[in-house]
Amino acid sequence: MIRSLLTSLFLCFCLLAGPAQAVAPDEILDDPVLETRARNLSAELRCMVCQNQSIDDSDAPLARDLRILVRERLLAGDSDAQVIDYLVSRYGEFVLLKPRFAWHTLALWAAGPVALVAGLFAIGLAMRKRRARAGQPADGPEAQLSEEEERRLQALLDGKD
Amino acid sequence: MIVEFGHYALVLAFALSLVQSVVPLWGALAGDDRLMAVAPPVSVMTFVMVLLSFAVLTNAYLSADFSVLNVLENSHSAKPLLYKFTGVWGNHEGSMLLWVLILVFFGALVGFFGGNLPKDLRAATLSVQGWISTGFILFLLATSNPFARVVNPPLEGADLNPILQDIGLAIHPPLLYVGYVGFSITFSFAVAALILGRTDAAWARWVRPWTLLAWCFLTLGIAMGSYWAYYELGWGGWWFWDPVENASLMPWLAGTALLHSAIVMERREALKIWTVLLAIFTFSLSLLGTFLVRSGVLTSVHAFATDPARGVFILVLLCIFIGGSLALYAWRAPALKQGGLFAPISREGALVLNNLFLTSACAAVFVGTLYPLLLDAVTGEKISVGAPFFNLTFGPLMVPLLIAVPFGPVLSWKRGDLLAASQRLYAAFGLALLLTLFTFWLWGMDKVLAPLGVGLAVWVMAGAVAEILTRVKIVEIGPRRAFARLVGLPGSAWGTTLAHFGIGVTVLGVVTASAFQEERIETMRPGDVVELSGYQLTFDGAAPRRGPNFNEEVGHFTVRQGGAIVTRLDPSKRIYTARQMPTTEAAIYTTGFSQLYLSLGESRGDGAVDVRVYFKPLITLIWIGCVIMALGGGISIADRRLRVGAPKPSRKRPAGAPAAAE
Repeated sequence: MIRSLLTSLFLCFCLLAGPAQAVAPDEILDDPVLETRARNLSAELRCMVCQNQSIDDSDAPLARDLRILVRERLLAGDSDAQVIDYLVSRYGEFVLLKPRFAWHTLALWAAGPVALVAGLFAIGLAMRKRRARAGQPADGPEAQLSEEEERRLQALLDGKD
Repeated sequence: MIVEFGHYALVLAFALSLVQSVVPLWGALAGDDRLMAVAPPVSVMTFVMVLLSFAVLTNAYLSADFSVLNVLENSHSAKPLLYKFTGVWGNHEGSMLLWVLILVFFGALVGFFGGNLPKDLRAATLSVQGWISTGFILFLLATSNPFARVVNPPLEGADLNPILQDIGLAIHPPLLYVGYVGFSITFSFAVAALILGRTDAAWARWVRPWTLLAWCFLTLGIAMGSYWAYYELGWGGWWFWDPVENASLMPWLAGTALLHSAIVMERREALKIWTVLLAIFTFSLSLLGTFLVRSGVLTSVHAFATDPARGVFILVLLCIFIGGSLALYAWRAPALKQGGLFAPISREGALVLNNLFLTSACAAVFVGTLYPLLLDAVTGEKISVGAPFFNLTFGPLMVPLLIAVPFGPVLSWKRGDLLAASQRLYAAFGLALLLTLFTFWLWGMDKVLAPLGVGLAVWVMAGAVAEILTRVKIVEIGPRRAFARLVGLPGSAWGTTLAHFGIGVTVLGVVTASAFQEERIETMRPGDVVELSGYQLTFDGAAPRRGPNFNEEVGHFTVRQGGAIVTRLDPSKRIYTARQMPTTEAAIYTTGFSQLYLSLGESRGDGAVDVRVYFKPLITLIWIGCVIMALGGGISIADRRLRVGAPKPSRKRPAGAPAAAE
């Protein structure tokens, strides 16, 4: 965390003259609906001179320029998708904090779900294997009380849970 | 002269670590008691030497010895005493020295308290611990010497980065490092078990308390870092999905999984091989975190380390430790004996589910953190992976896990009955449903996810309470006798309840603070009033003020509620003189669990200033929940059953019966 403070602030402050607050009052649009859309879009766009900060959070002048640009496009009647497309065409995909789903980001998007499915599969396989192995002897563990069952039995006899 | 003495002590610590790496392991493999007996005294001496060198560096900071390069670059004679002290680890070299200090401290603990472990296990564990300390002390000596001198020292130092001049620096890194490095013990135990080819009962008993200890500190460290960023950065964010934060979240996720699988191993002898693997993963992720932060790989312009020699060095260490331990695992793990069987619906099954979701979430964070680096290296394409991505991938993995949390403790071991278990949770479910509907009624249908989130949080909290209350059979035997039973419950039962309750509390804070936050961004002149969430904030004007090593412009605000003055808030903007670096100091008013957060923006001339005010409902629950979780962990460690060597309970059955699992 301290390094994230450091990195973001170093980059945003050291390179640039004075601190400008993220989203200044003079940037805010009069139309609350447009302004809400602008804020939501800003949260998904990266301040490119900062480390991992959205333009909505960033104090850097570049972020301010981008915030104003986003609002100009919205005022000009662009849809959210058009604003995003416009920024990507100008600054590349680097500007998106949520990468687009495409071939080169497939592994990125799939990582979590694939890990989940693979894990489920592995667990199922392991349990089947164990069950098959344990099922062979006639008086396998299933036939008798386990330690745990005996313990619970003893505990019940003792009158405790 | 003293400084050289500290440097020399570090060299001695390196030599001792080498001895610790080789001799005890040799003894363990050859069955030689004298060689194994070397481990404890050597591990304690290594700690003493590193402590000495740390004390020397601290002394250099406190006496503002600018002939030491590290002090020159990171200190200033006018800096307040506390920050002179914490500045010792507010830089690359010093923080690595702290890392190593904690590492050898843990080694010394095993050396000192490990008397009741099997001799060969203790010797092998300390040797593995010795490998790690050898590697990192060499890293310090070779690439990051904190004791380097300057030929013609200037009179004044460059000062510590102003962002770090905060009480947070005194608490956050030490907590985080104890967490990171604490997992080295479980790692060393796991590798030692693989080398010796067995995981005996002592091994199983040692893993959980050490994991818990590291986990508690890591939890507190992450929470502290989050709160620090929240009040220091000036826009009220508390989690940014920054790669450096992810570096601490990944070992936490893996460590939480490890904690739960260790329970299964301890009680039921099952999941041994998986627990060994998880122990290796957890510490590997800690090492990866150290690498990400220390090597400067995340950005070309990184605050701490820009020297590629360091990055390559840690990368080599990383490859040796992770690659080596995984290779050892692949080779030796099949030799480990498998434990008890269990049905899918059982306590074990629930814990496996927990492990599945936590490791999947960890994988998602891992790939999300490293993918941009990899893509850049392989194809040269630059993409960003930030908060919106992680919210979308991490969130859906957490929701089913949180839904499942209350079921875990109410299922019985080996073969559970889901229906019977659910009956113990009816009240919790009812309460969660009620509060969900209440939130819908309060906020309307425009925020659909938030009431569901509130319901989920309440479900987790109420589920934890319901579990412990039904455990003592409060309905059957009445509250008075149930209370007596509650007091008599083992610490680990309370630990589970508190930790699960804590996660619910954190989730509630996250949901309410994100969904129901209110915000005003205004340019205010003296006398102007802003209204927010029932509070009226009056701007009384701004005035300059001088601090010890900074100048600041302080804004004075009066907060009223219904005409009565509630509090005064004085946010400020500082310029630290040595570095000419500005910072924003937010002013926070805590009311109940909620906070009013006020920070200053740009001055507009004629006394007007940009102001950002937030009302963040229940936001402190985010961190309070973490503290409750850590408290639960602490109580669980204190449970005497878990302490190795503690006398066995007298409720033991006659000889011949197998030792009870508890």
